[in-house]
Amino acid sequence: MGQKTIIPFGPQHPVLPEPIHLDLVVEDEVVLEAVPQIGFIHRGLERLVRTKDYNQFIYVAERICGICAFGHSMGYAETIEKLMGVEIPKRAEYLRVIWHELSRIHSHILWLGLAADAFGHEALFMHCWRLRERVLDLFEKTTGGRVIFSVVKVGGVNRDIDRGTLDEFVRVLEGIKDEYNQICNAFLKDPSVYNRTAGVGVIPTEDALGLSMVGPFARASNVNYDVRMLGNGAYGDLSDFKLITSENCDCYARMEVRAAEVVQSIEIIEELAAKIPDGDIAVPVKGAPADGAEACNSLEQPRGECYYFAKGNGTKNLERMRMRTPTSQNLAGMAVALKGCDIADVNMIVLTIDPCISCTER
Amino acid sequence: MFKLGKMTFGSLFKKPETVKYPFETKPQPQGLKGHIVLDADNCILCGMCEKSCPTDCITVNKDNRTWNIIPFQCIQCGYCTQVCPKKCLAMDPNYWAASVSKSTNSVPVPDQKKDDQKPAKAAQNNEPVANAEKAPEPAKPVSDADVKEPVAIDGELEAKLAIMDADKAERVRKALLSR
Ligand code: SF4
Ligand code: SF4
Repeated sequence: MGQKTIIPFGPQHPVLPEPIHLDLVVEDEVVLEAVPQIGFIHRGLERLVRTKDYNQFIYVAERICGICAFGHSMGYAETIEKLMGVEIPKRAEYLRVIWHELSRIHSHILWLGLAADAFGHEALFMHCWRLRERVLDLFEKTTGGRVIFSVVKVGGVNRDIDRGTLDEFVRVLEGIKDEYNQICNAFLKDPSVYNRTAGVGVIPTEDALGLSMVGPFARASNVNYDVRMLGNGAYGDLSDFKLITSENCDCYARMEVRAAEVVQSIEIIEELAAKIPDGDIAVPVKGAPADGAEACNSLEQPRGECYYFAKGNGTKNLERMRMRTPTSQNLAGMAVALKGCDIADVNMIVLTIDPCISCTER
Repeated sequence: MFKLGKMTFGSLFKKPETVKYPFETKPQPQGLKGHIVLDADNCILCGMCEKSCPTDCITVNKDNRTWNIIPFQCIQCGYCTQVCPKKCLAMDPNYWAASVSKSTNSVPVPDQKKDDQKPAKAAQNNEPVANAEKAPEPAKPVSDADVKEPVAIDGELEAKLAIMDADKAERVRKALLSR
């Protein structure tokens, strides 16, 4: 019988550049319990709706997270459009979804690279980030930014993508797909990766459901829920949307699901680029949200469902803006996965849950 | 174990993915959000940009007819370019040059009525690096550097600079000199 020890993990840790602190209660190299603690980077962004008007807040919303920046501006804009009863042109919906799926690709590839780095596969990390760079170049070309894009506005988008550039999107993504399949081959078929991740950090389906986990992490535990399947906006025009789930519930399943979602996103972009209708990209929005009006909205971010709530007060500033980000749902699942694992597997488990603390704390 | 071999081996024969910064930079795409420029001739000093800027970095001074921006507070969101009624604000693809201190760039706006009397003074001063006369102290305008002969640049470096295109060479030289 060993002695119980508490080992601190984070808030600054070489594996995870996110400020989360875990107290790992360890006995004989086995983690008995993990107690997560957050609160290191609270920025008070939600409070800013009182001082910035609803148009200006878009630029605050996209700064909630550096990786799902586009998703947050899109989710926020959709919420305000619901609040004010604005219907945006079809073309704007398509463009938003194309950019949003592109940011899902970049987020997933970035994460695959970090995961490779965590288990010591440097070459794989470099290859992943090399591919991601091409996606960022597409962003730079069409939005004028690489991380923060500022292209969404309430009522539509403020930049259009012409036919030629859309064709280039498809071409570049086809090129990425080839190389990406080789990378996935290394990721999912390599015995050293498999041994490191299979059977590690299991989150049973009941736990995932009970703890309301969302996104690819829940789908890896065989929870069949994805906001995209509800068919909001341009997602409704997809000919087919197949959920990607796995029954294994472990670290390997989480990698498998996220890896497959990249290919799915590429297919979505290709389909929408072929179908995109002509027309305006924005409608003018005048006035202010009515006093007491409320609206809510949810959007599938790269890490899972993000929920938005807004309440107006008759002025250009909102009364309340609330966002519930995917990581706040997934942290509880992470604590479950860490229970009973080896101390050497902690970094793999934390990384495959991929907590984004800056989103969570805002 | 050798699953990645083909790809890694292949990269031995490919062009490098990275560029040799600062001797080489990637071309900037059109429409890159670099910095805000004002077409002073069309500005009517209405103050819409000042009211809408989310970071409060623009001030419009009607008394001395200047349009001022704190470049390092600007987040390049482009909202001001959308709200300007005269469409006289635009995004230039070049980034602001780095500076050792915060400063305000001040652009004089010509008075359309008295325009004939002083057309010359109005035009320029729209450069990201050129701080106007009234800019608060230290912030030494980086553009001062280009009048001096480069002293700290030796032969080897000079040869490297010579193969770049003129514009880029000038920027690298400035950056090296201001170190
Ligand atoms: S730049 Fe445009 S918005 Fe700003 S003061 Fe001049 S005319 Fe008005
Ligand atoms: S780009 Fe945005 S932050 Fe910069 S001056 Fe314009 S409105 Fe202000």
